[in-house]
Formats: sequence, structure tokens, C-alpha cells
Amino acid sequence: MSNGPVLILGARSDIAQATAHEYAEHGYPIQLAARNSETLQIIKHDFETRYQIQVTLHDFDVLDVERHAEFVDGLPELPEIVVCAVGALGNQEEDEKDILGAAQIIRSNFEGPASILAVLANRFEKRASGSLVGISSVAGERGRATNYIYGSAKAGFSAYLSGLRNRLSKKGVHVVTVLPGFVDTKMTESLDLPEKLTAQPSEVASAIVRATKKRKNIVYSKPVWAFIMTVIRSIPEFLFKKMRI
Amino acid sequence: MKLSGWGKYPVVDCQLSKPRSEEELSQSVLKSNAIARGNGRAYGDSALNRTNTIDMRKFSHMLSFDPKSGQLVAESGVLLSDIIKAFLPRGWFPIVTPGTRFVSLGGMVAADVHGKNHHVDGSFGNCIDWLDVMSADGNVMRCSRTENAELFNWTIGGMGLTGVILRVALRLRSVNTGWIRQTTHVAQNLDTAIDMFEDSLDATYSVAWIDCLSSGDALGRSLVMLGEHATLSELPNKCRANLFPSVSKPKLAVPFSLPRFCLNTYSVRAFNALYYWNGKRGDATSYVNWNSYFYPLDSIMNWNRIYGRKGFAQFQCVLPLGNARTSLNDMLEEIAASGRGSFLAVLKRFGKQESRFSFPMEGYTLALDFPISNGSVSLIQKLGQMTAKGGGRIYLAKDSIMNAQSLRATDAARVAEFETMRQTSGAAERFASMQSERLKL
Repeated sequence: MSNGPVLILGARSDIAQATAHEYAEHGYPIQLAARNSETLQIIKHDFETRYQIQVTLHDFDVLDVERHAEFVDGLPELPEIVVCAVGALGNQEEDEKDILGAAQIIRSNFEGPASILAVLANRFEKRASGSLVGISSVAGERGRATNYIYGSAKAGFSAYLSGLRNRLSKKGVHVVTVLPGFVDTKMTESLDLPEKLTAQPSEVASAIVRATKKRKNIVYSKPVWAFIMTVIRSIPEFLFKKMRI
Repeated sequence: MKLSGWGKYPVVDCQLSKPRSEEELSQSVLKSNAIARGNGRAYGDSALNRTNTIDMRKFSHMLSFDPKSGQLVAESGVLLSDIIKAFLPRGWFPIVTPGTRFVSLGGMVAADVHGKNHHVDGSFGNCIDWLDVMSADGNVMRCSRTENAELFNWTIGGMGLTGVILRVALRLRSVNTGWIRQTTHVAQNLDTAIDMFEDSLDATYSVAWIDCLSSGDALGRSLVMLGEHATLSELPNKCRANLFPSVSKPKLAVPFSLPRFCLNTYSVRAFNALYYWNGKRGDATSYVNWNSYFYPLDSIMNWNRIYGRKGFAQFQCVLPLGNARTSLNDMLEEIAASGRGSFLAVLKRFGKQESRFSFPMEGYTLALDFPISNGSVSLIQKLGQMTAKGGGRIYLAKDSIMNAQSLRATDAARVAEFETMRQTSGAAERFASMQSERLKL
């Protein structure tokens, strides 16, 4: 039995590429989608040389929601698995003052991903098979002063994924929510992250592949994050509001 | 951030950049003098630069493979382990491999690494068709034996001091199976070991492990191990079932740096004796998988921590054929007398090699590890002097101890030409490692 393709949305990110590697190694054909997809040519060559699988490149803009249906129509084949790794961290301090900047972050992390997954979810539902993987964030588990614009968008996205899972679980379609903690990527290059809590993109990738294989619902990059977030969620608001974390 | 080579000595705070494109790389190169770093498997300070070390591991794409010629084109941050993982199941193996598969292609070119088959296939440079190198002005130049040949010849073995190696076109070897037919012979002393090497020049792979602590008549007692790629028809059934065995995750790991007393003379003696008798008992032909044959230490993750926090230095020299017996004999006496015998001492016959700045020459190479201490540093210096006296050379990829003078005592003419080339090409201002500064290259 041959594998159906894996569609990677936001294929330029480190987590996306590590995940694509992992699926490619397991023999899945890969569809890489991002803006200016021709710049991903080198990834295509790499995968084709290493894994002898088929790789296709697709232009995709998460903010161009009106054309999301058209984008899915343009794929050579409806994928078996979709990994949505689209997102933007933004700059909290600047975005607090710049309403349009904040809106852009919210749209990139929530509205856009929700829109493309809606189109794909409907097709998967009709086909009665497939897996949808959304990469959200632990930042969405509780709003913090230092990144609540990004965090609130991710909170919306996490709730959306949860709802999709609830809706589609009886229809043969599986939904995975990925909540990476700190990951050593280009997005976090300028941050000083604690080594023990920071995962490599390849660890997140392995967790994702395992989750689609074993039909897990929610995965963290490192198990310790499940514990950390339980603690953070349980802090009473009257204390939390005074904390600097 | 704190960086070191594989020997964990020296450990130095270095500014590290991780470029992801040619543009970002040229910005890093043009910022101040710089050294490119691959997977950090050189033992000493070859890939350290305090103000500008460039991590090349984001350049890790394979670009094309031609199954007719066996030519693979890949970026320099690709690891040899990735190449084996992708290509061994298709019947391809590196023509030349060092003793670890966790080296980057760029590092293999820069050190012009050799393997157990040097006497047959030469060094890594022999299987390179062309290179792309970013030179001092930030431009990328394609070079080969026919195009920009000077840059090509100096870059192979040039320790990253001619430019940043970006892409490598190398040829792989077609193999029937992932198994090696190994024959182990016991040699009572150094002379016998050398005789065995000279009688086995047609063996594809040959290497000897030396018990460094034995002395007198048994000085240099060794296990000489010969190997051939096994063909399908000769393989026993249990190996046939798994023609290209893959690597399981390393089962052993050294979780933290061990305290120094774990590696005292006694434990080394015990280790040596065990290895020796084991080999003696199994003095016969056996089939071993490629991983345990070529990379026995790779299955112990972080084995470098076994030498403790202070780290270790490796000494590797090569001695020309004519002087090898006497020089090696003197060196082994010196080492045995010091009682500082190393965990691993490896002897190997090199074949002929003409190259601008690479390490190998026809003769014998000896490699040993020493935990860092005042005594071992002066022993290494002494061994360096003995190498110079014997007309030999020191391997820069292993060195962390030599000074400018002792380098020139071993390799004066080539070093002078290397310096001139670096001056005229502008590389001298642009590319420098702590090693090149220590050695005034």
C-alpha cells in the first residue's frame, strides 16, 4: 500500500521542514506550500536525492483566504495528511501600539490557518479519511504580558482545532493539535532559551509523525511541557496578573 | 558560546553565526576574519575563531545523484552519516571514510581525511570531482582539477584556510552488501605488524591496533585487521537476511564527563589486555557489518567524555616508509616508558600521495589519545620532535598542541608555499582559526 501525499503549509519554517523530512523518509510524497515556492527548489532536490520520492512545490499565501479553495483545487492530488506550520511571532511591544500589525499577527496565526484547514476539512470529511495537523503553541494556553497578541491568536487556533476534532472524529478524519514549547528555530534565534526545555525541530517532527500514526490528539515537543502548562493554567488569576513570566 | 573540538580541549568562548543562504554566508565572511565549522569533529582548535566562527550545518542539502557515475553533489554541511543512510540501501558507500561517520563533507575536504584503504584508494580528495568555494571577496568559485586548479588543490587539506567550502561533488563506491569480511592477525611486536602490512598491500582495508604499554620484545604488539567488502555469494545466511543493515540508535552513551581516575594506567592496561586476547581467540575470518567495522566508537555516544572534563589531545603523525620502523620503535619506547598509554593507538600503512597541504605521505601513520595534563603535553611535544627527526608530519585535524616552530620543523617547504598562497589570494586576512593563529599560518 503506497502512502498518499503529505501537504506542508508554511514549508519554509524549520519545524515544517523537519516534519517534511520525517514523512519523506517514511516514503510519503511531499507537497510543499509557501509564498515564493520556487525558492524551495533546493528542498525539493534534497528530498528527491535522499529519499527518491516525489516532491511538488505550490505557491500559497495564508492571508489570501479568498483563494484557498482554488489552492486546494490546484494540488495534483488531495493529500492524505496536512501539516499547517504557518505562523508569525511578531513583536509584542510594537504590535501593542500598531493595531494593523497586531491584526496581521492574529490573521497569520488564526484566521488564515483556520480558513485553509476549513477547506481541507470539508474535502477530507467527504472522503472520510485523512489527518489534519495544526501547529499551535503553548503561548495559547494562557495570555501573558510579553506575548499575548501571538498567544491569543494561537489560543483561537487551538480551540478551532479542538472543535474540528470534535466534529470530524466520527467521520474518519483525525485532527492533531501540536503545542511546541521552546524550539530551536529561526523564529527563536534571537531569544535566549533554556537548553533543557528547548526541543530541536527534529524532535517536534518525530512527535508529529508519531501522532498521525497513532492517532494522538494533543502533542507537546517535550513531555515536560505538558506538566509546565498544567501548572501555569492552574495559577489563580489574582496571582497570575501580578507575575512576570 | 563555548565551543571546542572533539577533544574538548581547548574550550573557547566564540561568536557563532548560522547562515542559511549564500548572502548570509558572505555577510559573515566579510565581517571579520572567520573560520567555517562543520560538525566539530576535528579534535583541537581547527574550527574555532573567537570573533567569527561560522556554523555550516544549515547548508545540509543533497543536490543531485547520478547513479551511472556514482557522483553525489551535496552542500558542505551534509554529514557522512546522512549519505550512508540515504545511499547504502541503494548499494553505494563512501570511497574514503574516516573513523567516524559524524563528520561534515566540508570538514572531510578541509582535513582531506583518510581511511583504512589509503594505501589503495588514497585520501578523500581523490574522490572529489569539484568544489564550490566562497573565497576572500565573498564570491563563490567552482574549482576542480581542470578549473581553478590552484584553489582546488590548496582547499583539499587546507583546513578551511583558503575559503569556505560550500558544495562538494564526490563519487561513491558501488557495493554488493553492507558487510565486511574481516580477518584479524596477531602480531607479537611492531616489526611483525609492519611485515604484515607490507604483505597485505592488496587488501582493501588494513589497520592495526597497538598495545602501547607493552615493552621489550613485545613492544608494539598489535592486532592487524584486514577487510574486504563482502559479495553477496560469500555471505552466510544470517547476513543475507539483512543485506544492508541499518544503524540502530546508539545503545551506549557516556552521560557526563567521567572523573579522571577512571582512566588511570590500570584501566588502560585492562582494556588493552582484553582487546588483545579477544583478538587472539578470534584469529580468523568473520563478517562484520559496515557500522561496527568502520565506526566502532560511533556506537558509544559522546565517548570523548571518557577522558574527563579537562579533555584530551590526540597525536597523529606519519613517517616516511624508509624511517618508519626505527622512528615508530623509538616513539613506542617513549610512550611505554611514560606509562601514559592511550586508550586507542592505531597504526596504518599509507600509500603514495602528492598533495599541496594534505597530511598523508607514503609510510606509516600512528594515532594516540592522551588525557590533557602537563606530562602528556610535553610527551606530545617530544613525539612531535621525533616525527620531525624522522622526516614525518603531524595531522592538523588532530592537533591542539604544536607551535609554529614545530610545524615548520616537520613541513617547512609546504608551509612556506601555503603562507604565500594565503597572502596572494587574500585568504590570510579573511580566514583564520585559533589553530592557524597558533601555527602562524
